[in-house]
Amino acid sequence: MTNRIELSVKRYHPENDQQPWFESYEVPLRKEWVILDALNYIKDHLDGSLTFRWSCRMGVCGSCGMNVNGVPKLACATFLTECAPGPVRVEPLKNFPILRDLVVDISDFLMKLADAKPWIIRKVEKPLEEEYFQTPEQVEAYKQFSMCINCMLCYAACPVYGLDPLFSGPAAIALAQRYNMDSRDQGAGTRMDILSQHEGIWGCTFVGECTKVCPKHVDPAGAIQQYKVTSSIEWLKSLVLPRGAE
Amino acid sequence: MVHPTEYVPKSYHPRVSTYWWLGRWAYAKFILREISSIFVAWIVVTTLLQVRALKAGPAEYAQFQAWLATPWVLVLNAISLFFVVFHAVTWFNLAPKAIVVRMGGKRLPAAAIAASNYAAWVVVSATVLWILLRGTR
Repeated sequence: MTNRIELSVKRYHPENDQQPWFESYEVPLRKEWVILDALNYIKDHLDGSLTFRWSCRMGVCGSCGMNVNGVPKLACATFLTECAPGPVRVEPLKNFPILRDLVVDISDFLMKLADAKPWIIRKVEKPLEEEYFQTPEQVEAYKQFSMCINCMLCYAACPVYGLDPLFSGPAAIALAQRYNMDSRDQGAGTRMDILSQHEGIWGCTFVGECTKVCPKHVDPAGAIQQYKVTSSIEWLKSLVLPRGAE
Repeated sequence: MVHPTEYVPKSYHPRVSTYWWLGRWAYAKFILREISSIFVAWIVVTTLLQVRALKAGPAEYAQFQAWLATPWVLVLNAISLFFVVFHAVTWFNLAPKAIVVRMGGKRLPAAAIAASNYAAWVVVSATVLWILLRGTR
């Protein structure tokens, strides 16, 4: 049968395997099928033990990130026809420990995300009955960075994170910048203390691949470089105006 | 590294190869951009040596020019020119990522930021050329 495509999927079962290995499956090549459909076909019809994360099927939840032919992609947004004639190499997201098959351990990312304090920090809260108004321009300033779905494709594309696991990483910094740019937020100084360290923004060598693989066009590389500019200005201010840099 | 326990499952920690940058052209291009800084430094050192030779007098400067004309220096300078242009072009193309300029509430397009960098490059180069050529008359 010609309308079929081969998927070479990385497998790892911690109870038996010392290291991962590849297993090949042949699935129908349908023009409306994405990689996730092919993986679900394998799980339903060929091998029920294949393990992978997924949820929304529509590029919103950020669960199904994996390396497809070496490039980090959302399995629900990558059509099989894009990868034809195959074989298609499907691997877990690079730079993360593999727990089982295509499932990676994301605890490190979750810790880094919390360190970046991605929420609105206020020095003084307004009373509940009052609103925080924003102009369209103020929303536009951070909107792009707010589109992040925490899919971690940027971490899989970032060689700096692969080489130095202490690096805060693209998404955490982009989300910190999302709140720094928000006119309602007053926590930029707190975040700066954490992210202006070497393992924060200065760890980034501007490879730029995080931005290329981002399915939501967040541009984490841009966020980090803009953060570097802000950090440098703040440092200069603290030299010139040691008492009044705030 | 966290060791597996009853509550922490065993996991496989892949190692990054020393040759990770050979896997994709985008990574190789990044490494080339990083290496270009060595050639930028070489051009700076050559220019400083040239200024020193100029200060030392005509005989010293003629000797420096003869050194510049030796085949290995010519080859090295040709390679350096390629890398310096590569460095400048990739840098200018990346500049819009770091520079955000808003006009009338809208962010200026990346092309405009890159174009202003290229324009500044042309102006500075033309000024240097004008100073040099003025000196030869």
